[in-house]
Amino acid sequence: MNRLLHSFLVTTSIAAAQMLDPALLTKPLGDSWPTYSGDYSGKRYSSLTQLNQSNVKNLTLAWTNRVAAGAGGGRGGSQTIIGGEGTGDLAAGGGTSIKASILQVDGILYVSTPDNAWAVDARDGHELWHYFWRTRGGTHIGNRGLGMYGNWLFMETPDNYLVSLDARTGKERWHKVIASFEQQYFSTAAPIVIGNHVLVGTGDDLDEPGVLQSFDPENGSVQWKYYSTPMKAGDPGLNTWKNLDAAQHGGGQMWVPGSYDPETHLYIIGTGNPTPAYTSQMRGDGDNLYTCSIVAINVDTGKMAWYYQTSPHDTHDWDSAQTPVLVDGEFNGKPRKMVLTASRNGYYFTLDRLTGERLTSSKYSDSANWAKGFGPTGAPVRDPKKDFDIGGALVSPANGGITNWPPPAYSPDTGLFYVPQNDSYAMYYLTETDPRGAMGLGGKEEQGLGSTGGYLTAIDYKTGKIAWRHKYPGTGGGGSSGLLTTAGKLLFGGDLGGNIVAYDPADGKILWHSHIGQVSNAPETYMLDGHQYLLVAAGDAMFSFMLY
Amino acid sequence: MKANIFVAIAAGMLIAGARITAQAPAQTPAQNQGGRGANKQAAAPARGGGGGGAAYPPRPPGDPAAVARGKAIYDINCALCHGEDARGGDNGPNLIRGEVVMNDQNSELIGPVLQNGRVAEGMPKFNFTSAQISDIATFLHSFRAGGYDVSRNRPPSIVVGDAKAGATYFNSKCGSCHSATGDMKGIATRIADARTLQQRWLMPTGGGGRGGAPQGAPTTVTVTLASGQKIEGRLGRIDDFTVTVNADDGTSRTIRRDGNTPKVEIHDPLQPHKDMLKIYTDKDIHDVTAYMVTLK
Repeated sequence: MNRLLHSFLVTTSIAAAQMLDPALLTKPLGDSWPTYSGDYSGKRYSSLTQLNQSNVKNLTLAWTNRVAAGAGGGRGGSQTIIGGEGTGDLAAGGGTSIKASILQVDGILYVSTPDNAWAVDARDGHELWHYFWRTRGGTHIGNRGLGMYGNWLFMETPDNYLVSLDARTGKERWHKVIASFEQQYFSTAAPIVIGNHVLVGTGDDLDEPGVLQSFDPENGSVQWKYYSTPMKAGDPGLNTWKNLDAAQHGGGQMWVPGSYDPETHLYIIGTGNPTPAYTSQMRGDGDNLYTCSIVAINVDTGKMAWYYQTSPHDTHDWDSAQTPVLVDGEFNGKPRKMVLTASRNGYYFTLDRLTGERLTSSKYSDSANWAKGFGPTGAPVRDPKKDFDIGGALVSPANGGITNWPPPAYSPDTGLFYVPQNDSYAMYYLTETDPRGAMGLGGKEEQGLGSTGGYLTAIDYKTGKIAWRHKYPGTGGGGSSGLLTTAGKLLFGGDLGGNIVAYDPADGKILWHSHIGQVSNAPETYMLDGHQYLLVAAGDAMFSFMLY
Repeated sequence: MKANIFVAIAAGMLIAGARITAQAPAQTPAQNQGGRGANKQAAAPARGGGGGGAAYPPRPPGDPAAVARGKAIYDINCALCHGEDARGGDNGPNLIRGEVVMNDQNSELIGPVLQNGRVAEGMPKFNFTSAQISDIATFLHSFRAGGYDVSRNRPPSIVVGDAKAGATYFNSKCGSCHSATGDMKGIATRIADARTLQQRWLMPTGGGGRGGAPQGAPTTVTVTLASGQKIEGRLGRIDDFTVTVNADDGTSRTIRRDGNTPKVEIHDPLQPHKDMLKIYTDKDIHDVTAYMVTLK
């Protein structure tokens, strides 16, 4: 009896310890990593200083471990829990790559890849449980991570389900449909938990409207839906489309999580490209609002407060879904609340966070050649000659963009915004001369010409000018990993050569590195047992570094 | 969307999708289903949605007789507004990408729209029998929803430039390294496809064997050690921390780098091609290609 009681008490206390305290999410990023960007601001700036410029050379590998995806996953005696609406015959496995933010709450890591979630002990990397979702299909391009609310975890699946798991056991609580699989949606985003809202974005490459939904964390009911394109007569922005049908099939997918301003209750997120992506005539000549924009959505109502369009009438499938970074600082001598973003199209923007007013914008790519300059809003003006051509149009960037989903970072110590940059080129050939009936990504073929350089780039938010730029050595370029900054005056990122590297955020000087393979997510840091850790993933492996 | 990488689950389905497509009966709509997957075979890093066939398996083929009956009814009643190919017209939207058709399984969503019309939007009611509705649905479902369709209005050639202007440009800008009677002689015979030829002259990859392109010179590197010793060879790999030099005898040597020590000089034979990317106009490119295709 005594033993039973004792065991019960121990169990209870273990379970309680794992619960996520929502207050964590509004504190400066430090001990934990409880949401996609670590905190709501998207800065990926940790307040931790134990690890700093003076001792980063002493970083030591604490542990490494690989995850095994699929029904046969589960390592070190961990049990795989199987869910899903599919038949199981589509689960091919292989090619597992962690492109997710990994949550760290009370010494447990929560990791995900498409259809898979794991709980891993942050102290030694051993697996606690593995959940596998049998898929119906959908584009398995990546999974950006899990969301957490109390003891509950939330995962999006490529076949468009929101799955809620019990973080303590990995057992499924429920799953709900996010969007229609038949309409070829696919869901990659990390759910963002704000109060009692679970914000869920999705993706689609076939002309379906972009939708952000708020789910109830307890029962999975939908609280509100925000569409990024006009969906009915009278909706604002409709006059920027040829007609309502074009707007209703206009894309604008919110497939990368946004950032949140607790003061204004605004969830600030980048929207995707308009569709059909390339042959755009059926969209009309207008700007195609609110695609390729930064939009601010009231988290209580789902209503849009403001927008700023970074690519009016995009024609290259360059979404503006990069994580917006919320910064309080000085601009022109006055304190301002701002949003910073470097867009896939090669342009950088500083916006006012309360109104969406553009404060400055600039071209941060050397190669981007698709625009004729800046328009009245400070956004680039597209050159239609660079849309495509029967004989081929030479365009920078290639479809992957100057930057993409890998998260940028910001350091208040330097006032600099850091972004991975890839100056790529491609030829865009028009392959359908009749735009009527154009759909999705069709109508063109893109053939790459490589890159003239891959960089880690630091931008001064006050001017939009490049403060410093580190060019990765070699003859080509490529996209490098997401980034992390810390109050220990460190900037971490993966390079093009398979190294995790620590830089001086002031000037890009290299301070430390370790060759672990191509970094596939963004590095993170947290405190455990009085030690600061650095956690990073390369493919299916996690590497945990620490100071002894 | 969306980044560069793809995962094997979808790649596996891509193969399956391509196979199913290949087996589809050769009827009008089903022939249109090239799809990204079928186009580029399973190796393409497809994103699925745009390809239509990759991550979203096609519907099982409908009864060909029902498709034919449905097409006949559609042509008479629907094609005027929605287009013969159901991709939309002046007065009616594209049906293939429409929510009703995509979510419909067995005419349970299409049927009510036909029976009730969408009067406010200008679509009348139709008094079809349930059998006719089923045939129309079967016909609409025989199209696969996807962006890529190789059968549609494809331009016959990418050669749109002026060969004479291209010859002038080639001689003035490319002539210091290349010659029409030397390395470029017969290039259009070796690379018959004009688009491949254009991509190759813009950025030769050095992979000489396959397309019959000239063997590109390798990137070489010279590493000067503190002792003054120079190590030269082909560039294996380089990052901020090491450089690997490959010798002609198959051996390689990796040298540690620390900032600018030792001195590393990379000789990239493609650098002039990269530099030109900022300089060409599209007309220059088209003209040079029009000239290159004459070098048979």
